[in-house]
Amino acid sequence: MTFPTITAVANVLAHAPGLVRYGSKPLRDIAQDPSTLDAITARLRTHVDAVGYGPNQAFIGNVEPEMLASRARPWWRSLDGGASSRGAFGDLVDEAELLGLLKLCDRARLVHLDAATLGAAAHRLGERGLVTAAEMEALAPTEPARIAALCRDGEAIPLTLGGHVVGAMARGHEQDEALTANVLLENLCGKATGVLALRRLLRMVEGRVAPDEIDFVLAGSEEAVGDRYQRGGGNLAKAIAESAGLATATGFDVKAFCASTLYAVFNAAALIQAGVFSRVAVVAGGSLAKLGMKYRAHVAKDMPILEDVLAGIAILVERPGADGPRIRLDAVGLHTIATGSAQQAIVEALVVKPLDRAGYRLRDIDRYATEMHNPEVTEPSGSGDVPKGNYRLIAALGAMRGEIPRDGINDFVARHGMPGYAPTQGHIASAVCYLAHALRAMRAGKMRRALFMAKGSLFLGRMTEASDGVSFILEA
Amino acid sequence: MIELKGKRVLVIGERDGVNGPAIEACVRSAGAEVLYAETLCFV
Repeated sequence: MTFPTITAVANVLAHAPGLVRYGSKPLRDIAQDPSTLDAITARLRTHVDAVGYGPNQAFIGNVEPEMLASRARPWWRSLDGGASSRGAFGDLVDEAELLGLLKLCDRARLVHLDAATLGAAAHRLGERGLVTAAEMEALAPTEPARIAALCRDGEAIPLTLGGHVVGAMARGHEQDEALTANVLLENLCGKATGVLALRRLLRMVEGRVAPDEIDFVLAGSEEAVGDRYQRGGGNLAKAIAESAGLATATGFDVKAFCASTLYAVFNAAALIQAGVFSRVAVVAGGSLAKLGMKYRAHVAKDMPILEDVLAGIAILVERPGADGPRIRLDAVGLHTIATGSAQQAIVEALVVKPLDRAGYRLRDIDRYATEMHNPEVTEPSGSGDVPKGNYRLIAALGAMRGEIPRDGINDFVARHGMPGYAPTQGHIASAVCYLAHALRAMRAGKMRRALFMAKGSLFLGRMTEASDGVSFILEA
Repeated sequence: MIELKGKRVLVIGERDGVNGPAIEACVRSAGAEVLYAETLCFV
């Protein structure tokens, strides 16, 4: 049986130290104690340090995640001074570039940037081939006095570079809680990093696939675009497609907490398999709310605040027969309501059942991609090594089924797992960040199969106690 | 060892560890009264 293929994947990062203060946890803590901002500011990294950080290099494709296992921890102490911000899968842009992208993606004229920042952004993004001079020249800078007045009058919140105010994000309505400056900044960050990823994806397939040959865009991010009458009801897919130049495409969003992006990939494949579309781009932007989520632990342990990057991803799904691995739609793993929320039941639903349907055993999968959160981010706050915990659960289930010897669990984890390397950007870290690596390995003949498993915390929204998850097998 | 019989318990579980409903089921079976149960996600 033939199945849709994944033909290109872009992984991008945007360094955003000046926006850490607007992450949900820092924002709430600064409101209670303004001196918190000083403690945060003292622990922010430079762009050079963020680029030299091993997990970030793994994310953008310059290092294989598996290689991190042989590097001494902490990784933040052993930076690679020669590392590049240009990755095999995408760029790690600096904060001026990010602010420029926010301005470029702002259709409501709510982002204000001074001329120097806008000029720097245009120059650097232009060098990366991500923007044209014409579209950046069309953006008007704002006088510093006007920026200061907007912030002083409560019309806007400041945007900073290196601690200096260089711009402002204005509110979209005087009373609407869904259109405050903070909410709009969060949504715009999701859009801008999604656009960054989709533009990079278009560069990857330039010459083979033109922007108007992509029929549909599915977005699976974590923001909630909308207004007071429909909070979270909005559509970011079409907005991202518009800003990336996909004039003949339309699209919609898929929402399922951290499982959103993987759900979107499986739905894109299903739309192609059904013959509705020939090419579908799946895109996800980064989560501003999660910047600095565990800053307290990082500050307390004299570490840099590692949650200082926004992530983005774009995935091109095409018809069967295109050059790339196929998505086994006959063996999609689904977490049904009856599955329950016990970890063992979730892994059975997302790993064991799809493998049984495909006729494989646990060891037939070369690599498992699960929650790939960087343990260096999560361990200081007591959240443990999330991917390792998931790998051990898969291996333990294998031991119960007699597929793995009881003393072979560590060996299974080492052979079929990998260290976490993704920033704690929820949906991006949830397995999809490994698609680019798997595509590269399969094209090089180094990998036959990978299983992608994402979990979603539906219970966080207080509408259910249910968990969620989805998985699929990618096969060369 | 903690004697839970007759105790009132606040349950906070974790998505990638032991979730709230699982802890709730355990402490109820040990005779405790669960006043509040929640599952958190730290990633």
